[in-house]
Amino acid sequence: MSREEKQLLRGSEAIAESALRAGCRCYFAYPITPQNELPEYMARRMDEIEGAVFLQSESELAAINMVFGASVTGTRVMTSSSSPGVSLMQEGISYLAALELPSVIVNIIRGGPGLGNIAPAQSDYFQATRGGGHGDYRTIVLAPAYLQEAVDLTYKAFDLADEYRIPVMILGDGMMGQMMEPVEMPPFLKKLPKKEWALRGAGKGKSRFLRSLLLDVHELEEHNWKLFRKYEKITRKEVRFEEYETADAQMVVVAYGTAARIAKGAVKRLREQGIRVGLFRPVTLWPFPSMDLARIARAAKQVLVFEMSMGQMVEDVKMALDGRVPVDLYGRPGGIVVTPIELSRIISRRYEAIEHEAKR
Amino acid sequence: MKKVMGRPRLLKDVPFHYCPGCGHSVIHRLLAEVIEELDIRDRCIGVPPCGCAVLAYYYLDVDMVEAAHGRATAVATGIKRCLPDAIVFTYQGDGDLAAIGTSEVIHSANRGECITSIFVNNMCYGMTGGQMAPTSILGQKTTTTPRGRDRKKDGPPLKMCEFLAPLEGTSYLARGSVHDAKSILKVRRYLREAFRSQMDNQGFSMVEILSPCPSNWKLSPVESCRWIESEMKNHFPLGVFKGSGVKQKQAGCA
Repeated sequence: MSREEKQLLRGSEAIAESALRAGCRCYFAYPITPQNELPEYMARRMDEIEGAVFLQSESELAAINMVFGASVTGTRVMTSSSSPGVSLMQEGISYLAALELPSVIVNIIRGGPGLGNIAPAQSDYFQATRGGGHGDYRTIVLAPAYLQEAVDLTYKAFDLADEYRIPVMILGDGMMGQMMEPVEMPPFLKKLPKKEWALRGAGKGKSRFLRSLLLDVHELEEHNWKLFRKYEKITRKEVRFEEYETADAQMVVVAYGTAARIAKGAVKRLREQGIRVGLFRPVTLWPFPSMDLARIARAAKQVLVFEMSMGQMVEDVKMALDGRVPVDLYGRPGGIVVTPIELSRIISRRYEAIEHEAKR
Repeated sequence: MKKVMGRPRLLKDVPFHYCPGCGHSVIHRLLAEVIEELDIRDRCIGVPPCGCAVLAYYYLDVDMVEAAHGRATAVATGIKRCLPDAIVFTYQGDGDLAAIGTSEVIHSANRGECITSIFVNNMCYGMTGGQMAPTSILGQKTTTTPRGRDRKKDGPPLKMCEFLAPLEGTSYLARGSVHDAKSILKVRRYLREAFRSQMDNQGFSMVEILSPCPSNWKLSPVESCRWIESEMKNHFPLGVFKGSGVKQKQAGCA
């Protein structure tokens, strides 16, 4: 794909601009810190794009239902929010999943529970990867660690949403939203996929309806199976991850998003000291790269999960490894962002412990 | 012999699931007639509610999408903003529009979204078994107000037409009833006016319709209609509150 020159952009703006280039023509949201730069950018920018719809809604509940309405018409649509707002959207996301309506939802996570704070956190992992709302469903969850990746994944998110007719979540945090990095923007998409299922009025043809109410138990089970088969297909085809210095690693650190950036810095440092440690970074949190992690961490003596929450992703890691490799957790909740040096100390202490254990 | 009466073209040939004496079937028919008459079926999208009328898409031959409880006007906003030429309506009950969806309806109305809400007021939650609705009248006995709705405890009933009338974004507001032939014909006129207002991009339009719910009112269909005439009408005055046909503009109306 032909790219433009690099420009220095803030995370929120980079995501917004990439969405517009991916053909997003509708954006609904309610203000919440730390992602207000995203709607503000959209408000300015969408004003310049013909036919683009920007609307500040009265609540996140309304925003996600406007997303629902826009998606019904086949329009590429996005919303963004932060943790408490995304909690309010869960009802709507369940309906989007049920009616198989493509949509992109950005969650710039803040510390929780409750109002928590506005510092970077990863405490919405469970909510994002387990569905979040009521009923048996999944959403694709993308977790960029660098702004260029945030741009590329946002661009890709709209394709994934359309291809699988599924809501796609992009997880970031306040740090990623505020941080500035040079990025190359993809071109404006000229051709968007046709959506035969979209409603635009019956015209001269037969009228159609979209619904999630399936009172007949067999009919609903069929629908659940259909969704499940789709989720299986996504699990087979759409897993993404990055591995770094894992080939001979005695210890594999597993981290995503901002935590993975920190972990990469720590691993780099430790490698310079000759410590055999590597990093496995899930890029898709759902589907979780379980098979790849199991393969890559097979020879390691220890897996250390580092997350900015208290033991959420560690469950997926344990399920992936299924007891074959010991799994340890270093969680820092509450919006604390540790430095690579701090983390490297934690890693090397645990590394020494396993070395010591091995010698006994 | 000349055929003078028949099934509206846009009402599918499917038996209604509604209880005997329920107002929904009459309202569906009126809606089908008006959409046909205005020749807007080709660009019409309806948003049925959660509640008894959730299955409206089985009966009405227009494109429809089911919304979550109370969110119909937000969904309709999303549709209309993407398809400005579409004719978008919501079909909502009193719990849907006047309780759980109040925020959405107020803001959609205030923004002047060019959509039409058909608001069916039967003063109770029909589908869930007759609990108190935001529009239940004082003293009305329901399954959750066994001693009757109490002003101190539950507050008085919400009157949505009166409530929305001062908002600049509303272009047409009317309250009708389907308890007798004369009123039914008036409702058809109101629906026509409401859709016309949308077609002219005037703003948010709503037709509130008092509708019998014999099953939950524990009355026969005939008694239910009589009750609307003798009791309900006194609490919910009928007529046009905003738009063409208003006899006297209320204070604060645009």
